[in-house]
Amino acid sequence: MHARLIHRFLQCLFATVCLMVTLLATDLRAADDLRVMVDALGGGNFQENQKQVEALARTGDPKVVPALEALAEGDLYQRKIDGIVFIVRPAGSSFKLIDALTGEEAGEEAKAALEKIKVNNGLRRTIRAALGGLTLMSPDVAVRLQAAGTILRTPSADALEGLDAALAAETDNAVKVVLGQARAASILVSDRPADEKRAAVATVVETGGRDSLSLLSAALASADESLRPDIEAGIKKIDDQLAIWAAGQNIWYGLSLGSVLLLAAIGLAITFGVMGIINMAHGEMVMLGAYTTFVVQQVIRTSFPGLFDWSLAIALPLAFLVTGAVGLVMERAIIRFLYGRPLETLLATWGVSLILQQAVRSIFGPTNQEVGNPSWMSGAFELGGMTITWNRLWIIVFALAVFVFLLFLLKKTAMGLQMRAVTQNRRMASSMGIRTPWVDALTFALGSGIAGIAGVALSQIDNVSPNLGQGYIIDSFMVVVFGGVGNLWGTLVGAFTLGILNKFLEPYAGAVLGKILVLVLIILFIQKRPRGLFALKGRAVEA
Amino acid sequence: MNTFVSNAKPTSILYLDGVSVSFDGFKALNSLSFVIEPGELRAIIGPNGAGKTTMMDIITGKTRPDAGEVFFKGTIDLTQKDETEIAQLGIGRKFQKPTVFESHTVWDNLELALNRNRGVFSTLFYRLTAEDKTRIEDILSTVRLVGRKDDYAAHLSHGQKQWLEIGMLLAQEPELLLVDEPVAGMTDAETAETATLLKEIAKTRSVVVVEHDMGFIRDLGVKVTCLAEGSVLAEGSIDFVSAHQKVIENYLGR
Amino acid sequence: MITSFLAKALGRNIVIAAAILLALAALVPALNLLTAPDHALHVPTYVVSLFGKYLTYALLALALDLVWGFCGILSLGHAAFFALGGYAMGMYLMRQIGARGSYGNPLLPDFMVFLNWKELPWFWHGFDKFWFAALMAVLVPGLLAFVFGWFAFRSRVNGVYLSIITQAMTFALLLAFFRNDMGFGGNNGLTDFKDILGFNIQSNGTRSALFAASAIALALSLVITSGIVRSKYGKILIGVRDAESRTRFLGYRVEHMKLFAFVVSAMMAGVAGALYVPQVGIINPGEFEPANSIEVVIWTAVGGRGTLIGPIVGAIVVNGGKSIFTAAFPEFWLFALGGLFVLVTLFLPKGIVGTARQFVERRKEYRKAREAEAAAFAAEPQAAE
Repeated sequence: MHARLIHRFLQCLFATVCLMVTLLATDLRAADDLRVMVDALGGGNFQENQKQVEALARTGDPKVVPALEALAEGDLYQRKIDGIVFIVRPAGSSFKLIDALTGEEAGEEAKAALEKIKVNNGLRRTIRAALGGLTLMSPDVAVRLQAAGTILRTPSADALEGLDAALAAETDNAVKVVLGQARAASILVSDRPADEKRAAVATVVETGGRDSLSLLSAALASADESLRPDIEAGIKKIDDQLAIWAAGQNIWYGLSLGSVLLLAAIGLAITFGVMGIINMAHGEMVMLGAYTTFVVQQVIRTSFPGLFDWSLAIALPLAFLVTGAVGLVMERAIIRFLYGRPLETLLATWGVSLILQQAVRSIFGPTNQEVGNPSWMSGAFELGGMTITWNRLWIIVFALAVFVFLLFLLKKTAMGLQMRAVTQNRRMASSMGIRTPWVDALTFALGSGIAGIAGVALSQIDNVSPNLGQGYIIDSFMVVVFGGVGNLWGTLVGAFTLGILNKFLEPYAGAVLGKILVLVLIILFIQKRPRGLFALKGRAVEA
Repeated sequence: MNTFVSNAKPTSILYLDGVSVSFDGFKALNSLSFVIEPGELRAIIGPNGAGKTTMMDIITGKTRPDAGEVFFKGTIDLTQKDETEIAQLGIGRKFQKPTVFESHTVWDNLELALNRNRGVFSTLFYRLTAEDKTRIEDILSTVRLVGRKDDYAAHLSHGQKQWLEIGMLLAQEPELLLVDEPVAGMTDAETAETATLLKEIAKTRSVVVVEHDMGFIRDLGVKVTCLAEGSVLAEGSIDFVSAHQKVIENYLGR
Repeated sequence: MITSFLAKALGRNIVIAAAILLALAALVPALNLLTAPDHALHVPTYVVSLFGKYLTYALLALALDLVWGFCGILSLGHAAFFALGGYAMGMYLMRQIGARGSYGNPLLPDFMVFLNWKELPWFWHGFDKFWFAALMAVLVPGLLAFVFGWFAFRSRVNGVYLSIITQAMTFALLLAFFRNDMGFGGNNGLTDFKDILGFNIQSNGTRSALFAASAIALALSLVITSGIVRSKYGKILIGVRDAESRTRFLGYRVEHMKLFAFVVSAMMAGVAGALYVPQVGIINPGEFEPANSIEVVIWTAVGGRGTLIGPIVGAIVVNGGKSIFTAAFPEFWLFALGGLFVLVTLFLPKGIVGTARQFVERRKEYRKAREAEAAAFAAEPQAAE
């Protein structure tokens, strides 16, 4: 039993090896043939070379692409001694030689030892068509897609033949679509009849985007009368689409700003909204969170460089602990003596904020600190007509996660229940055995800790300096007041409303004026609804 | 809706009909109707949460009702006016927790309460006239605070603060006084004196007293309205009300 | 009418304080101008300017105290009124430069030439006249306070909410004045002043005169504020502070009461700003910083809010301390200021003057209570029956 299995295995192995050897041999021979064909480019005149290029294109082998590209650019040279053709790069007074097929470096040669293979426009056209065809015929889907995309961006009538051939042979749907778009774009710049062009306009309009818009605008200039209305309608349609995408992008920016506001304000929604404490040092808690991130990254950079992508995950709990602890100390040392005197609390916490700022300035210096993005937070991707950066996306996700976490904590846990009990009726809560001083301290520490983890996120998009917190404090209060004090949902809606409003005003009013307008609108809004969007009603408010 | 109530509207000093208000779904007042006649002293009782304070909030313009009519002297729609206007019309209110100006002297408290021109500039250039002086002195003796006229209100006892607040209401010369728990935290002697004081005041104006203290209400010896869950449960003499089956169930217990 | 107002205003302490201020207004310039620089009693010009600046701060603190100390409105935007008054004066001083600016344009201030502006914006007209600028230094802050207060007080925005929106107000103005196209010199503000009413702004004589003007303005404001808070209106203000709903149920229009105090206070802050700018030689958007407004609050708190002398004492003490501190240990000034905020709110809520007054009153009361106790003891046997 066992022996037979091994026998079968060996058989298979042998067959595989044989197959591989055969394949390799074919490949090598093919390479040999190609080499001869490329070298043949050296001697020929324009007409011969045109035929040679077509022959190369017929092999359908992507290896010849670099050589053809170099030929079109005028970078293909023949060595006079042995007639071998190379791609060259200038290197000082001599040329660096690159193998035309493998792309490997092959030493240097004096300029005089090489002869340039000449090209004219006719040859160039042939090359371009051949190249298009070659890459469009590549067995690799990604290469085909890219080739089609390249033609779409730089359409030319010469590419049409190759496109038609490729379309006929194409099996992949995604590539087919792009090929069709590229073909339409190419028809527009060609001298094909109006009917064909009309169909092409429709396809180009379908494609949309800024490139299509400029393509159509260019076509409009040279189009004949019968085609004009179609193109104009197409331009309008694309314009509308672009406007929608621009609005979408604006909403995205607004959501992004809203998530930043939400992060900055959500800790405040606890300390101010739930406990009624005006914590003017709230911004400094955010700042401390950002500096915690900075310190964590410094340690990682010097001692554990491999962990850099984990730096934020490490900084989060640390920032929560650091700022939570600072909050706890603040509450026990200062704020608890000032309950029921909100204006005094405001002044004392402002004092704390000055001290914290100066402390950070003394320790870390007044300048901005370098906080890096981990790899998963850098870069961007396209979504239709919008560009979305990863760090902004993660911050939105993170802000919402923090929100959900807090909501859960307040509504579903024993601690949340106690917190709400103490806010609603301190005396009653205390007589039911809740240790109100501890609940106060922990609630305040929680709010501060949340500000700290907000700081970790904000360190990714803002300058980390001692003044970081100052920039957020007024905005955060605006969000909480606008949304309605004592209501987490209000803070959520408030943050995103203000974020989007801000970004929609910006294009019309400019960034600064937009912000001023938002401030004025909030001031007017508070006149109308002094208790914010989601106000608590009834007698509890008066207490 | 209530024929007795609507007939009484033109001659009444205070007229409430079908007044309802709710906070976040909780019905604080549920179609409350009653009438106070000029010169009447009325006691209002009811368990906690019956809507007594909310009723006062509505009469004095602090809260707007969701539905219903509130008329003063038969023709003045109180739901259209704010606290200041209502106070100037002649409705005075004493809070449950005595609310006086603690950092002013007793004298200044009364001076501020006097029913004089209340604009910014007339108060800025106000001079105490002989007439105002006599008036303040009268009130001081009515509320038994002559000896303490130069003391800060903050230094008064709880009962004295209650009296000072009543004195301030008198200085306001209202036609209708709303008095919320005037004897809470008072000694028996003070309670009895307060009853006398209120009866004296009621000779010249209408008074509505909200109170929990049944002994005090018996002392007053006036018509009683019992509220529960935001509407009138029973109305009549103290003996009638305290014998009323529903009142016993809802409020007095057993 | 006015006489009774004044009679009430001029309490003993106020008379003394105003007299001291007026004496300083005469004495300090005299000691600066009439004594030789090496004379023992000579007051150097920089000291004159420094204390002149403190006096304008004191006036600003007094203005804040009128609304905060007496009416319970904690405005975190008073620096805005101060800065607006300052800008009004700054615009006058800019117009006085005339053709002496770097660009030599007889009409347009330098920054406008730099921005390629061709004509004077409409709101710069009239500021070549001193009386107009002086009027605007009072009216513009007053108008802003009126509009802002009208909305805020009518809809009963109270307590910390009001504080927050006043802070937002000054923040919005800060952003606005940073913009170049607002026409107020943007980031750099207004500076390089040459002369005021035809006198060289740098000269000893002008500096002394500005000091005297500041002292007189402060003395006058002190008397006016005193008149206000001691009138029946002032008592109502205190009533609003302590029991707002009681004043309302007594039939007072609380929003009008607050609005009047707020507007008067803003006008006083505007005067302070107008006196401040020629003495420091510059006004820029930094004056609108919310942090500045909060600093005014701490001056008032240190001196004692709800007292009239307190804010003056507080402004001079804190700013004197700041001058000394920032020269000796610049690193630690913010620690000191921050600590001051915390310590004053925790341990000295009535401030220096308030605590001193409380001490005196306690002793008086203690004596009275002892007498009353003795009397009560004598009456005890009868009462016990």
